[in-house]
Amino acid sequence: MDMKSYLFLLRKPAHSGSYVQEILDVILTTAAFDQQVTLLIMDDAVFHLKAGQITNSNGMKDIAAIYNALELYDITEIYTEEDSLHERGLKLADLCLPLKSINRNEVSAFIEGFDVVFSG
Amino acid sequence: MIFVIQINSSPYHSNAGQRAYQFVSAALLQHHEIFRVFFYFDGVYHAFKYATPPDDELALTRKWSELADQYQIDLVVCISAAQRRGLLCSDEAQRQNKIDNDLADGFRLSGLGQLVEATLVADRFILFG
Repeated sequence: MDMKSYLFLLRKPAHSGSYVQEILDVILTTAAFDQQVTLLIMDDAVFHLKAGQITNSNGMKDIAAIYNALELYDITEIYTEEDSLHERGLKLADLCLPLKSINRNEVSAFIEGFDVVFSG
Repeated sequence: MIFVIQINSSPYHSNAGQRAYQFVSAALLQHHEIFRVFFYFDGVYHAFKYATPPDDELALTRKWSELADQYQIDLVVCISAAQRRGLLCSDEAQRQNKIDNDLADGFRLSGLGQLVEATLVADRFILFG
């Protein structure tokens, strides 16, 4: 089968309806097709990975926990954008997974490097 | 050129579906191939056959059905996104022990694998909404 490189650009906050669950379903399906999968988590999406979410009392899912499944699918190329973190008072150490980071002025060149881009 | 289209927004939440429809129509007129149109997230609301807008409004679902009939394009609705939102075809409803028959003509329900497969075939993958 053909091989393409996929970038998933996540920008919406956690708990935006079923957004996170449904975009992660696409990500996992793409990985299950043995494609090269990379995530770039920026803007309000950086909150997805905030460690220590307490959601069990209000019927919501711990979004960060879903991300832990990515490693089972060999998805390890997960990037964030530093300014998005800083603007929201977060740092890499506040997140539940070790991420790589790029600067805001590197984003467009980063996106150029992929065959298929899913934005949302 | 082979195009694959994804539509993520409902007909009444934004005009993304309408722009996608116009793009697909124009591409077909110029003899491009629309390999697949995939409806995901709230885009699945395009496939509800009982959507009944007033006569003086655009009936986007019917337009998609007509386009599929005219050009034999593949309109695929993500089955899990559809089930979450209460959109079941009669076969699927039977499997789920429910009574329903919501899927408009020309659409079919299938899995996300159909989306990934399509992006592998496509020269251009364009996402609306």
